[in-house]
Formats: sequence, C-alpha cells, structure tokens
Amino acid sequence: MSDPRAPLRLGVDRERCVGAGMCALTAPAVFDQDEEEGLVVLLSPAPAPEHRPAARMAAGLCPAEAITLTG
Amino acid sequence: MSHDPNAVGTTTDDLPTLPTDRHTGCPFDPPEGLTALSDEPMRRMRYGDGHVGRLVTGHAAARAILADPRFSSRYELLHLPEPMEGMPGQIPPAPIGDIIGLDAPEHTRYRRLLTGRFTVRRMRQLTERVERFTKECLDAMEEAGPTADLVEAFAQPVPALVICELLGVPYSDRERFQSQVATLFDQTADAGAKGDAHTALLQYLGELVLAKRAEPTDDLLSDLTTSDLTDEELAGLGGLLLAAGLDTTANMLALGTFALLSNPDQLDALRADPGLAAQTVEELLRYLSVADPLLRSALEDVEVDGTLIKAGETVTVSVQAVNRDPRRFPDPDRLDIHRKATGHLAFGHGVHQCLGQQLARVEMAVAFPALLARFPTLRLAVPPREVPLRERSNIYGVVSLPVTWDQV
Ligand code: SF4
Repeated sequence: MSDPRAPLRLGVDRERCVGAGMCALTAPAVFDQDEEEGLVVLLSPAPAPEHRPAARMAAGLCPAEAITLTG
Repeated sequence: MSHDPNAVGTTTDDLPTLPTDRHTGCPFDPPEGLTALSDEPMRRMRYGDGHVGRLVTGHAAARAILADPRFSSRYELLHLPEPMEGMPGQIPPAPIGDIIGLDAPEHTRYRRLLTGRFTVRRMRQLTERVERFTKECLDAMEEAGPTADLVEAFAQPVPALVICELLGVPYSDRERFQSQVATLFDQTADAGAKGDAHTALLQYLGELVLAKRAEPTDDLLSDLTTSDLTDEELAGLGGLLLAAGLDTTANMLALGTFALLSNPDQLDALRADPGLAAQTVEELLRYLSVADPLLRSALEDVEVDGTLIKAGETVTVSVQAVNRDPRRFPDPDRLDIHRKATGHLAFGHGVHQCLGQQLARVEMAVAFPALLARFPTLRLAVPPREVPLRERSNIYGVVSLPVTWDQV
C-alpha cells in the first residue's frame, strides 16, 4: 500500500457531486458543502499530512466519484 | 457448483430466485439461502416474471454497478425479484416526484433542489431539536412504564417528529399519512392497496402544498414553493421525503436496540463510552442493512469485474449480502462496534445515495445513547424468538419491541 502521508493533490467535480456529504463528514478539514446546493467545496487542494488519510478515505467513499486524487 | 453459471443453455428453471425467508436463522442475519448464494459476487438469478438477470452480493461489484450511469433506476425498465399481487413482474414508471425511479438529467434537477437542505452542517444544526424530541419521548415512556413497546413509544415518534418539523408537516396529522406509508413499504399489500395509499398520501401532501403557497412557514415544503416545481411535483417529492423519513430510521432504532440488547458485550461497551455512538451507528447500519435490495437495469452491455451484464438485464444488489462480504468486512456476521464499518452500502451508492443519511446519523447518534442512559436496566420483555419481525417489507425491522426496565 502507498504511504498514506505521501503528498496529495485533490480535485473535485461539482457537476458529478450529488451532495451526499460523505466528504464533509469524513474529512471536514478538507471538504465542505456550500449552503445553497450542498455541493462539495474543496477547502484544501493540497492537504497537510495529518489530513491526507481522511482525504483519501473521503475520495474512496464519495458515491459519485466526484473527488480525484493525484499524488 | 462446478458448471459455468454463464454458460449458454443452463436452463433458467435451475437458477435461484431471491431468498427472503429469514425464519430459520438469527433475526439480524440475511436469509440463510442468501448467504449460501454469496460465494459468487454476481450470479444469474431468476425474477418473478421469469426474467433472467443478476444477483449481486459482492461489495466491489455492487459499488461499481451503483456508481455506473449505464445502469438505470427507471422503474419501467426493472423486473421485480418476486411477483407482486396485481402487478406482473414489471413496474410502471415513477410517479411524479418519486426521484428514486429517475435517471440523470431528470433526477439531477430534483436532487439539486434538495441537497442544500440536507448537508452535514445543516443536519448537525438540528441536533438540539433531535435531543429535545428524544427527551420528550423518553419522559413519556418512563412515565407510562416500566414496560413499553419501543417501536410505538420511541423508535417511530422520534424520527417522525423530526421529519415533520423539517418538512413542515403537522405531526398531529399523522393518522393521515402513517398507515399509508406503512402500506407503501409492505410487500404483502397488493397493487390496488398500494395505489390507494399513494393516492391518499398525495392528496394530503397536495392540500398541504396549497396551504404553504398561500401562507409560507419556516420549513422545507414552504421553501420549495419558491422553486419552479409544480404543485404536483411538490406533493410527490414531499410524499417521498416524508415516507423515507418516517420509516427508515424508525426501523433502525428499534431493530438496532434489539441487536444491542442481544449483544450485551457491545451494549456494555457503548454504555461505558458514549463517544462510540457515531461508529456504533455505522456498524448497526452495516450489520442490519434495513433498506434492501436495490434494483438497476443495464442500458447497454456492461462488463463488471470480468462478468458481462447484458443490456436489459435487471440487477438486484443485495445490500444485506454486500455489507456482509467477508472480502470487505472481516468476520462480517459479528456485530462489533469497534470495527471500521465505513464503506458500507446501507445508504446505497452512486447518484441515488440516501439524501437523508446525515439526518439519520444525527438521529441515531442522539437516540441510542439517550435511551441507554435513561434506562440502565433496559431489557426485552419477551423471549427474543417472540419479537415479531417485519419480514415482508421493503424496510426490514420489528413490528413491535416489548421492553421493560427496573423502576427507580
Ligand atoms: S462525497 Fe462526493 S457526492 Fe458527496 S458531497 Fe462530497 S463530493 Fe459530493
């Protein structure tokens, strides 16, 4: 398995997002949802090491495949 | 089995149907017949009308299918696992406002109007109100004790009070919607009875929508009257949200309490550390998987993990089986509130994943610890075998849960 603390760049696709909130629940330091549509807001495109494992998990849990990871 | 299940020429009579009989085993486990079919992640399965489609029991395959837009949710494309009285195999298209039976872009239009109302933050802001409703129900239960039917005293009213307040539906009107909702989820009700229940529910919501248009109040239905939705769409959507809010969390609360009472070590662990509430909720969601199964129809030939699913085939995703997939959840039949149960598909997956899931999480994370704290000696008032189960319902649970406690 790759090092969960390896550098990480994130992307989100608000067109795909279905507002289920798994990201904001799993990695609240990295993702939020906007007030109007409840769609994903990326707070931290290059999260600090301590938030990377949660960010990776959020990407895996997102039901709409709206979060992309690049190392 | 030694033969290739995909081989041409296998007679369809030999193919399994969806096992639903839970009679023999533990009330929290999937039917034994289903577990027996779970060795292969995607088997061929015979449907109620003779259609041959798939039964998905593997976690990875289920995720892939539910996230793939080439699998449709449109009711009219689906075959039912079992024949329904008065409905031969196939289902009519989704009635207006029932977005569960729609695909993008129609589904997206409605969903976008709602997602902003069900965010993690908004649902957390409801915590105080959930706590208040929970306390009121517990007070009434304690006063009437030391016995109660937990379903009636607690599991149903808490989520009902919350969804009514959120939508702007008067709780005092519940005789106008509660039994209708129950009929809609009851698999033993025939198509006629379901139709009548649906009409009555829509009529009630229709009246409410007109009232909200005339005199808006501070709630979701009133807010939606400012969108471009028609009265009919609003009534349909309101009915769906109400039904979903009433009957899902209620079953989780009652069945979840039954499961905890049946696993005293887990119950004690949660009592000792209420900080485990959130992960207990995830584990109960996984372990009980009350909303099951999910159906999809392949719009074209799709290969999933090396298995070809042909255009037109209905796929039955058995959430119960998927959430007990040992490749994803080790020792899956054990209720273990210390495990990481995240990744379960109890709320579904893909664009239809439950809109109300964050509300359900808040409700359960408040309600379970509050119940246990209020009644330290809570126990079943009947032998476990005598607890009546909702065997034939789209949402599994208990019909009633007689409990008792020592009065102090
Ligand atoms: S988990 Fe995915 S679908 Fe849900 S809010 Fe986040 S990005 Fe959107």
